Amino acid sequence: MVEALNKALHEAMELDDRVVLLGEDVAKTGGVFRVTAGLLDKFGDARVVDTPLAESGIVGTAIGMSIYGLLPIVEIQFDAFVYPAFDQIIVHAARYAWRTNAELPATMVIRIPFGGGVRAPELHSDSPEAFFAHAPGLKVVCPTTPSDARDMLLAAIAHPDPVIFMEPKRIYRAGRQEVPEDSAVTLGSSNGAGAELLSTARVARAGEDLAIITYGATVPLCVEAAGVLERQRDIQARVVDLRSIYPLDVKAITSSAAACGRALVVHEAPRTAGMGAEISSLIHERVMLDLEAPVGRVTGFDVPFPQFANEEDYLPSVERIVAGANKVLDF
Amino acid sequence: MSAAEVLRVMGDGKSLEDRAVPEGLGEKDLLELFRWLVILRTFDERAVALQRQGRIGTYPLYWGEEGTQAGALYACQEGDWVFPTYRQNSIGILRGVPVATILGWIRGYGGPAGFYNPRDYRVAPICVPIATHLPHAVGLAWAAKIRNDGTASLAWFGDGATSEGDFHEAMNFASVFKVATVFFCVNNQWAISTPVTRQMATSTIAERAAAYNMPGIRVDGFDPIACWKATRDALERGRAGEGPTLIEAYCYRLGAHGTADDPKLYRDDAETERWRPLEPVGRMFAFLSRLGVLDESTAEGYQQEAKRMVADGVKQLESIEQPGQDVLFDYVYSSGPPWTFQEGLAELESMSRQPEVEPPTPSPGPNTGDVEFPREP
Repeated sequence: MVEALNKALHEAMELDDRVVLLGEDVAKTGGVFRVTAGLLDKFGDARVVDTPLAESGIVGTAIGMSIYGLLPIVEIQFDAFVYPAFDQIIVHAARYAWRTNAELPATMVIRIPFGGGVRAPELHSDSPEAFFAHAPGLKVVCPTTPSDARDMLLAAIAHPDPVIFMEPKRIYRAGRQEVPEDSAVTLGSSNGAGAELLSTARVARAGEDLAIITYGATVPLCVEAAGVLERQRDIQARVVDLRSIYPLDVKAITSSAAACGRALVVHEAPRTAGMGAEISSLIHERVMLDLEAPVGRVTGFDVPFPQFANEEDYLPSVERIVAGANKVLDF
Repeated sequence: MSAAEVLRVMGDGKSLEDRAVPEGLGEKDLLELFRWLVILRTFDERAVALQRQGRIGTYPLYWGEEGTQAGALYACQEGDWVFPTYRQNSIGILRGVPVATILGWIRGYGGPAGFYNPRDYRVAPICVPIATHLPHAVGLAWAAKIRNDGTASLAWFGDGATSEGDFHEAMNFASVFKVATVFFCVNNQWAISTPVTRQMATSTIAERAAAYNMPGIRVDGFDPIACWKATRDALERGRAGEGPTLIEAYCYRLGAHGTADDPKLYRDDAETERWRPLEPVGRMFAFLSRLGVLDESTAEGYQQEAKRMVADGVKQLESIEQPGQDVLFDYVYSSGPPWTFQEGLAELESMSRQPEVEPPTPSPGPNTGDVEFPREP
């Protein structure tokens, strides 16, 4: 995925000289995850900028650049480092369109590597996506495959409204996938392929017995859990990879839940007021009569993300997902 | 000049002596600058009256700070961007924003009845939260620098704003990347009820510039010509690639924080009255009269023009219908509404809407917006 994101950034900067990159350690080192590697050499230090260590300042100046007419891409080094920039994101980035009759949105992409499972220090493993989904004016997306990562990043850069681009860092280097050279998505492609990606879910595994709805680093775990369910009890679980956290693909969510009659939502973020609550509500409100059981949830707990010695206890595991699925199946 | 020294051009006709008008300001400029002051003063007084009549919402007045606004703006080039706060709420009208749009905003209207496209005027949206617009001003001038065009930016903010983190982050970014941003601090010494001595342990705001290796200039905030001069120099410096400047326009908040505030609760009226004679409109009228540049009938003409301009704006405001329910949803996303919006609007439309609340019948208040300024004895 890192390479796919890097490829997308190269393509975007090549195609459009309004694209600029801002962040901590993004230029010389190419980012702590190397997502921005090679860009400084190719595009120079006016467009690929190591900034002072100040997230509010980074997002705030990016808003100014956007007003001017550039297309800034901001890297927040780690999930929980976005909190100092929260004010700028919620109060300004999200509201600029609203405040200017939609004529001057704060067009920008804020990339946030997020989530646990990489044995990182405190505040390097948070899942803050629900905060942003709750803030009107933002788009919030999360790719899971390298191909989606490349296409969705290009689509996000071309999108007029600010996009919070959540990158599941645990699977940054998991699973290789050829990114097709002939992808329909290019920067500024007018065929709508990119816009579609920013608002629609994809089916990561087909099935008709149970809908498992998830996004990010838990997608491959849910696929694995589906394999276990198939072996243990001949259940075919459909795994829905949301891709878009806001807006939610309500059609994909409700039609999957209705088709299967049973649904489970899985995410890493804490449970209360997490995306699972919203998804569960949508299903119950719309297709309750198609359900055989209440929607289940397997999530992180309502606790600070633990010190990494205990992170496996916090993170939804295949075992916990299977157990959660069994509860819904046996209701 | 030392940080503590205050740049001043206009005297007060008594103990403060007049100094030479700085180069670059001809007679025409002086008159135009004065005309701008009159427009701002007229708007402000009229807005307070409109608030008292219940025709607009809570209004953050700026009576006495016109010089910090008009002086700074007059130093900008047409293409430069300015970033106002609520205290500079009407600065846009000097760049062509309709008076009715500003009043609509204060009346609580959203959509085109209360907001404008900042690109049309190079005037950023009025910033309500404190100091958060400062990084925007920096980013804009930084972008211009990347694009190699000479556009500069200027942001106003108050003394209270210098306590916010974004003030420091913006100052730091601006000086690290040497961008052409003017940080124009209106030190009116009060953030609602909190005096400036509670905002900082330094004796001036200007000296804070040293921490960012940029010049910190103190000017008399009641002196539009001094404000112009400091801003013009700062912009030249910025355009020459020498980076940002912090200007501290030292003055006093002669009015309340807003129409819902009562300064009697926290400060002594006598102190306010000591500062009042320095206010910029009467003082500039007297100064230009002493120079022989301005006479009563010309000033009268400006007054009439400003009154007409604001009155026309009020008339236009009254002719605008209150935005409908669509306005909640219409402009949140430039890319079009997400599906949740259609559901929200459908829910609202299924309700029987309450009839629009009638504004109270206007009654002539004690202040109908006529600008009065003291005449020379």
